[in-house]
Amino acid sequence: MSTAVQPPHAAGAADPARKPVTLSQALNHALRDALAADPAVHVLGEDVGPLGGVFRVTDGLAEEFGEERCADTPLAEAGILGSAVGMAMYGLRPVVEMQFDAFAYPAFEQLVSHVSRMRNRTRGGLPMPITVRVPYGGGIGGVEHHSDSSEAYYMATPGIHVVTPATVPDAYGLLRAAIASDDPVVFLEPKRLYWSKAGWDPAAPEPVPGIGRAAVRRPGRSATLVTYGPSLPVCLEAAEAAREEGWDLEVVDLRSLVPFDEETVAASVRRTGRAVVVHESPGFAGPGGELAARISERCFHYLEAPVLRVAGFDIPYPPPMLERHHLPDVDRVLDAVARLQWESEWTPGTTEGER
Amino acid sequence: MTVLEQHGAYAPTPPPSWRPRTAPAPLLPDAEPHRVLGVERADGGPAPDGGLLLRLYESMVRGRRYNEQATALTKQGRLAVYPSSTGQEACQVAAALALREDDWLFPSYRDTLAAVARGLDPVQVLSLLRGDWHHGYDTRATRVAPLCTPLATQLPHAVGLARAAQLRGDEVAALALVGDGGTSEGDFHEALNFAAVWHAPVVVLVQNNGFAISVPLAKQTAAPSLAHKAVGYGMPGRLVDGNDAAAVHGVLTDALDRARRGDGPTLVEAVTYRLEAHTNADDATRYRTEAEIAAWRAHDPIALLEDELRQRELLDDAEAERVASAAERQAAELRERMNQDPEPDPMELFGHVFGERTPQLRAQAEQLRAELTAESAHAAPGDAHRGAHGGREAR
Repeated sequence: MSTAVQPPHAAGAADPARKPVTLSQALNHALRDALAADPAVHVLGEDVGPLGGVFRVTDGLAEEFGEERCADTPLAEAGILGSAVGMAMYGLRPVVEMQFDAFAYPAFEQLVSHVSRMRNRTRGGLPMPITVRVPYGGGIGGVEHHSDSSEAYYMATPGIHVVTPATVPDAYGLLRAAIASDDPVVFLEPKRLYWSKAGWDPAAPEPVPGIGRAAVRRPGRSATLVTYGPSLPVCLEAAEAAREEGWDLEVVDLRSLVPFDEETVAASVRRTGRAVVVHESPGFAGPGGELAARISERCFHYLEAPVLRVAGFDIPYPPPMLERHHLPDVDRVLDAVARLQWESEWTPGTTEGER
Repeated sequence: MTVLEQHGAYAPTPPPSWRPRTAPAPLLPDAEPHRVLGVERADGGPAPDGGLLLRLYESMVRGRRYNEQATALTKQGRLAVYPSSTGQEACQVAAALALREDDWLFPSYRDTLAAVARGLDPVQVLSLLRGDWHHGYDTRATRVAPLCTPLATQLPHAVGLARAAQLRGDEVAALALVGDGGTSEGDFHEALNFAAVWHAPVVVLVQNNGFAISVPLAKQTAAPSLAHKAVGYGMPGRLVDGNDAAAVHGVLTDALDRARRGDGPTLVEAVTYRLEAHTNADDATRYRTEAEIAAWRAHDPIALLEDELRQRELLDDAEAERVASAAERQAAELRERMNQDPEPDPMELFGHVFGERTPQLRAQAEQLRAELTAESAHAAPGDAHRGAHGGREAR
């Protein structure tokens, strides 16, 4: 069983004909094109108007489409998302920005009690085509409440899709898909990748797989690193470093946490026989627990070792000067790989890649 | 002399952000609740339209009978729970009748009567409380939002819908209903603030029935009145006797006209009383006295309206009898229809979670289908409840 490999674009190097574009700029292009394509699309949030958002993701949109289409709202997240519900009831397609991960929590009741349930409650009568953009994760030196990995809360809420891009083409393609979706999408933007660049042509954005599909970012035979969002570059770097140890690691980028692409993940782990799940979110009751359980259920007879997790510690997010001790890094990923019971010599994952 | 004492020394341009942009006085509610029924029209103004009063009366008589019937249905196990609006019929009916066809109503769980008075099928409206599904009517066709259970969370929806209508240039207003307890919720504040900033065509009607389950208003707020809260947002607040159907209808009609004209939102506080307990599961004797209830029964909204109608010779015994029989027939029909066993389809649990099922939901639906098949294979012949699935299932 083979899966097409979709490597992430290295900084401007993949295609010299295309100019380097940041992930944040790709998101901006997606919003601009969505606003231009569909008059029902409305952007609303805090500082998204003339300022262009604190991360400049909405830069220039108010100027181009008017402040009614890209609107600064009062500073109240439940009001923002609650208003978006009413707008969706009237046929609009709202895209709301939560300024930071931890500032999205006031909107949680609207998300859980209404956005996620309205289609189900009304037997399909009131679908909620709402995109909730949330900058998330650490690694940018943010002070308290600016670095949370909040994905587990959203994943535990039935009725919403949870999507997170890690590459420039995905930033554009997944955001367009999220806005086009008739279901609500929590769109998690990895803050520390906002400034990562790739050669990419806004005039001809390359098609990417839709919501619900994972991508193999690096093929390998020894073990599979299952990851997403901010941890993808860490895993790719770890995979390069692992070559020195004789491990040929495959890296799967989930792209979509809900729906979860079990087929791509299971196919990879069945090929390699070993798996490590890597994410920033705290490990206890985090996404990795669910992923490890599903991999075990689907791949038990192919596994040479327990599925391991490399996650953030089960602590409130640390202050900037200590965050490097919290975030999964290359060494921590390699330490986990080293614990994948390589002593069982006959395993398919080690036949050609012994230490 | 300190800097603060240097009068006139500080004159920034543009004006400083503390300067109020809205004059507060015109926004203030009346000191006493606005009343129409039984009030001498000293100003010589026109009496309320007789036809309107008769429509309000008939709908309120039906409404009270509907409330009684719904409460009775809880005792027969036909409704899981029923929050009665007995005593609040003037608010419920006036809200429904003040709306134009294109307007939207955003009810809470206590406002099923408002939806029924707007013409919705009571069996569909009671779906949530019957428990066969969370919701039972076509929101877009009826322009009635789902009954909202989490307090005040429907208010931002009303504001957002009104804003969307405003952006599209439609002459549509939204009317949202909330109780006195709901005014303490954050969403009440956020919704009113958004409504005022956006100048949205929305009216929020607070039915102040005195209690949030058991907690009296004095423990809920220290505001001069709930209507006064409007001033803080820069919108007018109106205080009205919530048992005076003509007054409530008049105030809401004015506020909705104002909204549709583009003159912005209004907060209306209607002072009323919940004559029954919070729900059939509540024991109101633990937190209020018979004397208090008796005092409010003496200010009954239906009696108040009936007195006016009889004084103006718009209603006689024969007409009152006709209205009462119509209410009785409606209640009997509701009783009969609610005594049918609904047959909710278990497979529908997976039908509307998303537009398209995820692989995980497909697997879980198959699991449930297999369980149901096994169950129906073991079911006794003639057991209609089992194996009755496959009807309403969506994709």
